[in-house]
Amino acid sequence: MIRPDAPVLLEIRDLQAAVDDQPILKGVNLTIRAGEIHAVMGRNGSGKSTLSKVLAGHPAYTVTGGSVLYRGENLLELDPEQRARIGLFLGFQYPVEIPGVSNLEFLRVATNARRAERGEEELDTFAFEDLVRERLAVVQMDPAFLERSVNEGFSGGEKKRNEILQMALLEPLVAILDETDSGLDIDALRIVAGGVNQLASPDNATLLITHYQRLLDLITPDYVHVMAAGRILRSGGKELALELERTGYDWVDQELARLGEERQPVEVG
Amino acid sequence: MVATPTAMAVSPAQGGAASSPAAVWLAELAGAPLPSRREEDWRFTDLAALTGIEPQVIAAADPLASIELPAGVQRLEPTAAAPWLGQALAATASADHWPVRLNSGVRSTPVLALRVSGAAASLELPLDAGSATGLAAFRLLVVLEAGASLELLLRPSSSGLNALSLVSEVVLPPGAELRLGSLALGAAGSCLLQHIAVLQAAGSRLEHTAVSSGWALARQQPRILQQDGAAFTRLRGLQVCRDTQLADTHSWVRFDGPEGELDQLHKAVADDQARSVFNGAVRVPRPAQRTNAAQLSRSLLLSDRARIDTKPELEIVADDVKCAHGATVSRLQIEELFYLQSRGIGADQAAQLLQRAFCEEVLRELPAAAIAHQPLQALLGEP
Repeated sequence: MIRPDAPVLLEIRDLQAAVDDQPILKGVNLTIRAGEIHAVMGRNGSGKSTLSKVLAGHPAYTVTGGSVLYRGENLLELDPEQRARIGLFLGFQYPVEIPGVSNLEFLRVATNARRAERGEEELDTFAFEDLVRERLAVVQMDPAFLERSVNEGFSGGEKKRNEILQMALLEPLVAILDETDSGLDIDALRIVAGGVNQLASPDNATLLITHYQRLLDLITPDYVHVMAAGRILRSGGKELALELERTGYDWVDQELARLGEERQPVEVG
Repeated sequence: MVATPTAMAVSPAQGGAASSPAAVWLAELAGAPLPSRREEDWRFTDLAALTGIEPQVIAAADPLASIELPAGVQRLEPTAAAPWLGQALAATASADHWPVRLNSGVRSTPVLALRVSGAAASLELPLDAGSATGLAAFRLLVVLEAGASLELLLRPSSSGLNALSLVSEVVLPPGAELRLGSLALGAAGSCLLQHIAVLQAAGSRLEHTAVSSGWALARQQPRILQQDGAAFTRLRGLQVCRDTQLADTHSWVRFDGPEGELDQLHKAVADDQARSVFNGAVRVPRPAQRTNAAQLSRSLLLSDRARIDTKPELEIVADDVKCAHGATVSRLQIEELFYLQSRGIGADQAAQLLQRAFCEEVLRELPAAAIAHQPLQALLGEP
């Protein structure tokens, strides 16, 4: 839903980031307003997953330039946990298995951390169980998964449902979903996409990071951005995703080559 | 009540912990000098904490005096216990071990001898060194009858600058099943020397879980002999050490017959400048064909200055056996921490959750009676 007067939730300006001194993001610009669904597409290695990790505060990535404002606040100086508490959510491409930590307890501790930040009272075990059982419906998840260790032995689809369940509990303002469609069969994809659609509202925003069009058949984006070589190369509406589906990413190489010529007119051979 | 030391007249210290009054006294009690770090089995084990005690015996109260034994468990009088005492120690080549010699050297050591018949209920034995300084010693003998079973929780503890010496012998005939837990919680400056010798007949079953934390020095030596093979041994260990604590487990399992089974997991957490040592000996001589043994050591290193030494020591002569072993030493995984943090869980709480998960894998194997003592809170220093 595009409303030009909706408040800006996330403003990324000329963001540059590196991992192990290797530059990955080379000046990303993106503004996300409440109510909007954005899709960032691009080939492997284009930097789209790095963008999601940098926004969430992964310690392996170093921001080398630019800024990110979250509701006007400097996001980059906050710890990962603080970013989550104020409403930023990262749905992992590969959710981490944590043997020995009960999924139910993990969800409760996380939910309470977010509630405390919002000035809401913490939920005890019983109150939380009621809430979690209600939210399970969003992703049609079997309550048995609550009793297991976090993601341990979950199938790919179960892990992604568990991610969306966390999103349903944490009620983020900006949800970044990193390749949430990867490794899902069509049924699981429908359920996960259905969950995302249910949770989208005029007050929050979603940033989908994806490789393929198929997720966008189920979640209609307001904006589509194509990322390559650490930058957003082109932005458009949902028709851009369809065009990509038709033409593939070859034009991206040509575009990159052209940009490279403009930026580095002298090649030393 | 404190007994008078007997060896104070021995020549004064010549400098260094090894010749402190306590060291001289302890050596005389044991009839052998303190183990030196030049000995392979004591290479990493600094006994400085042990030599910091006052050279005197703490007269320990008889823990059985205040306990009502469950049906099926009967206390053996000294004459009835005598033929059994020393059997398991001799069979597991333990009699010459310094901690065993030390225990034997304390003449007033109470002997807690139990005989178990049928399916007995569970039993809990507090073995407390108390808050006085000195050396407290206990000796335990548990003889099961064929087909008998018992769940036994030992609770060695100390709240003072002292040393607690425990020597236990267990005899398991065919069909006997023992679930033996040890939840050992020490205090600053306290030392634990625990030696457990188990004699397993074919068809017997031992599940031994040893958890320790809080001791300046904790040395544990479980030694198990499957005398005819064909028995089942499950060993679980967890030692948590911080500050400058030293936790050391030297386990030893020998199969003297075919088709024995061992399932061993030893875990350690070392923080601050603590040191954790694990040495897991498994002996599979020629008669022990078709032995199935697995040993895994997993350690969590929480500080740059902590140290972990872990060593499997497999000696396999039989050719038709399955003997797996492995050792990992790791820090808290960055990806696991980040995942928890990205859900709003603070870094400290995330680390705590991961440590708890690491420990719980072993803690849940303790006899049920352990829960009342909140082992997790005790281990992680939680309120």
